Amino acid sequence: MALRRASRTLGAALALWAGAALAGPPERVVSINLCTDQLAMMLAAPGQLISISRISHDPNASVMWDEAQNYPVNYGQGEEVFRLNPDLVLAGTFTSSYTVGLLRRLGVEVAQLPIVNALDAIPDNIREVGRLLGREAEAEALIAQFTADLEFLRADRDRATRAALHYANNYTSGENSLAHEILTAAGFTNIAAEAGLSGGGTLAMERLVMLMPDLVISGQPYPGASRSEDVLRHPAMEALRDRHAAHALSDAEWVCGTPAVLRAIARLAALHEGG
Amino acid sequence: MRVLWITLGALVVVLFAASLLIGPAGLAPLQALSALIRGDALAETLVMREIRLPRAILAVLVGGALGLAGAAMQGYLRNPLAEPGLIGVSGSAALGAVLALQTGFAAMHVLALPFAALAGAVLAVLIILALAGAHGGSITLILAGIAVSALAGALTSLVLNLSPNPFAASEIVFWMMGSLQDRSMTHVWLAAPFIVLGGVVLLAQGRKFDALTLGEDAAASMGVHLGRLRLALVLGVASMVGAATAVAGAIGFVGLVVPHILRPLVGARPSVLLPASALGGAVLVLMADIAVRVILPTRDLKLGVLTAIVGAPLFLHLIYKTRAQA
Amino acid sequence: MNGLVLQDFSVARGPCDVLRDIALTVGPGECVGLLGPNGAGKTTLMRGALGLMAHRGMSSLSALPLKTRAKTVAWLPQAREIAWPVTVETLIALGRLPHLAPGASPASEDQAAIDSAIARMGLESFRTRIATQLSGGEQARVLIARALAQSTPLLMVDEPAAGLDPAHQLGLMQVLADEARGGRSVIASMHDLGLAARYCTRLVVLWRGGIAADGRPDEVLTPDLLAEVFQIRAHITTSPDGPIVQPVGVI
Repeated sequence: MALRRASRTLGAALALWAGAALAGPPERVVSINLCTDQLAMMLAAPGQLISISRISHDPNASVMWDEAQNYPVNYGQGEEVFRLNPDLVLAGTFTSSYTVGLLRRLGVEVAQLPIVNALDAIPDNIREVGRLLGREAEAEALIAQFTADLEFLRADRDRATRAALHYANNYTSGENSLAHEILTAAGFTNIAAEAGLSGGGTLAMERLVMLMPDLVISGQPYPGASRSEDVLRHPAMEALRDRHAAHALSDAEWVCGTPAVLRAIARLAALHEGG
Repeated sequence: MRVLWITLGALVVVLFAASLLIGPAGLAPLQALSALIRGDALAETLVMREIRLPRAILAVLVGGALGLAGAAMQGYLRNPLAEPGLIGVSGSAALGAVLALQTGFAAMHVLALPFAALAGAVLAVLIILALAGAHGGSITLILAGIAVSALAGALTSLVLNLSPNPFAASEIVFWMMGSLQDRSMTHVWLAAPFIVLGGVVLLAQGRKFDALTLGEDAAASMGVHLGRLRLALVLGVASMVGAATAVAGAIGFVGLVVPHILRPLVGARPSVLLPASALGGAVLVLMADIAVRVILPTRDLKLGVLTAIVGAPLFLHLIYKTRAQA
Repeated sequence: MNGLVLQDFSVARGPCDVLRDIALTVGPGECVGLLGPNGAGKTTLMRGALGLMAHRGMSSLSALPLKTRAKTVAWLPQAREIAWPVTVETLIALGRLPHLAPGASPASEDQAAIDSAIARMGLESFRTRIATQLSGGEQARVLIARALAQSTPLLMVDEPAAGLDPAHQLGLMQVLADEARGGRSVIASMHDLGLAARYCTRLVVLWRGGIAADGRPDEVLTPDLLAEVFQIRAHITTSPDGPIVQPVGVI
């Protein structure tokens, strides 16, 4: 019963999607995810993108917060988004499944883009958004530029300098994360592997200290206070930076799989010359 | 009695050492102590002096504060159920601390955070004394405590949810359950003066609490100035619980479990129970803080989880006994 | 200064005076029984005199500094409160608190006072018992021993005999009478007219906010006064053991 209904819904969605594809590029695109916001802003035709998520206005999280001022914001709530009468909604894979489900039941086309864990996945993501928006040419131009810049930045280094990624709650990123790839592309070795972490996870501060990284890349503190971020300013971490390690901030440029990561790589790579 | 003091003192020393020697960095004990005392290895010294030492010191301070404050509240109210966490004093201190942190008040002056927590605690103690003071009885005390705790908890959640910081909202559980993970010497210096001062004030009242064993009238006729005692209690308890909560969050049940276990061992005399509970509190929090590291080394398991697992059944038992007596 | 002096002494509860313009002097050697029906103000008089509640007029006790007062008068409230399970000896030792300098531990004279109080109340075998586990009557005796251990020239007790069995009632009143004979002043509120008549050297009857009668038991306990103040008839006689007052009916 449930299966039959699901298959019917799926059929309807497919028909709708096919219809939309036939009808040409979407004219009213709403993005409800920080990263799709950015790709959409880079690729959309004038007037095509009618709303982006609120967080894109936040300079702490959004590399394009300045340009984002030109777009009205939404809070990613199903009812609110539906009222905008979009013919395409861009969301992330971790956008609330309730919201996505609701919008789809209401007949709205929702495209969910995956989290980008690797630099090599960025072109695919750009291409996919370009296809969805009917802006394939713009997407290919952006990809070409990105690939060339990345090649230029990816210097061949000995990777002798060991770096630690240190975020709130002592979280760190290992392989299969964008931050790790940025770090590696800039010519550093991530100590997460030494600590036995394959993916992301918490790394107790005392273990991090014992690993004595040459560089600590800290998460950028948000406004307001939190105990989770106290660890970023812990005296042990300060001492590590003062005595031994260079210091860099992981900020909005590290968040999304967009060409903005190139700026993060460039700034990080510059530390080799400086240090 | 001497055996008790030696046992408690030895437990504090041993557990303090254990707290220094147990941790995810896996340092060998001798190497760790050498790094701590001689400062001869960079990484090891940082781990010992900046991460483990403040944690162990805070466990002693916070535990001592909660144990002593619990014994003092019970001595004053002559009720074994009076406990800073249960009657909302810790929760209100947490609210004060959270308000100071989220409004930016705490960033304006170093002492703003402990003072805000102290103010929250003072308010709660005053409300509790007004409602369940001399003639309140256990039921009033518990009901007033539930109300104060609930309100303080709700307001703390509200403030944290309104925070622009995305991590703040997830820290409600820290403020309600308490943790000593990754605290620093800064926190030690912030809390220590208030805890020591409050401790001195409360310990000096020992004989007055003894006299109160006979009731307020008899105590007053024996030379106890009840107004001054009340003031000393409010300021002493608020200062200790406020400072402890500002750095470690609200850790419940310490002030209930410790005096309850130690009371028969000190002949139930409030004046002896006060210092014994301070030591006992330090022992309990040191044990809990070692346990959270051993049980779940990679996660920040909250101290209040463990103290509640021990304390809540005891609390129920005490309520049952109170009921049987009534 | 020993004893108690009250002059123009009034205590108000809300807008009404419970006691008005009381004049009362109690000297050494007197064992004063404070009588009166319920609500006559016996407890109020004692608490007011002690300074435990606000009053107008003069009380020689409430004028004293707290510490001096604690060495002048021992007060045993009616509510027999023992909050913690301490031993009998520990509880009685609390009576020595006013005599201890801050931080000082009890000296031999303190122990002597405690031992003497224990002996006078016949509590030797109870010394190490837990006070809260004793019967009500036993607790009452322990609390009186605490007041005795305070070694003050004046002893004020609120209904000390209530709840005691006959033997202990008699024993207790004998202790109070002996204390008075030894030179102390004793003021005890009580309801048992017979005990009051037998053991007190003087009776003060409170009624309608004032003192209705004050004098030797045989002067005070007249049929007229019993009828007017207590609304009872009583069989009054003297025996080789002293006066006997036995209420026999309500008027």
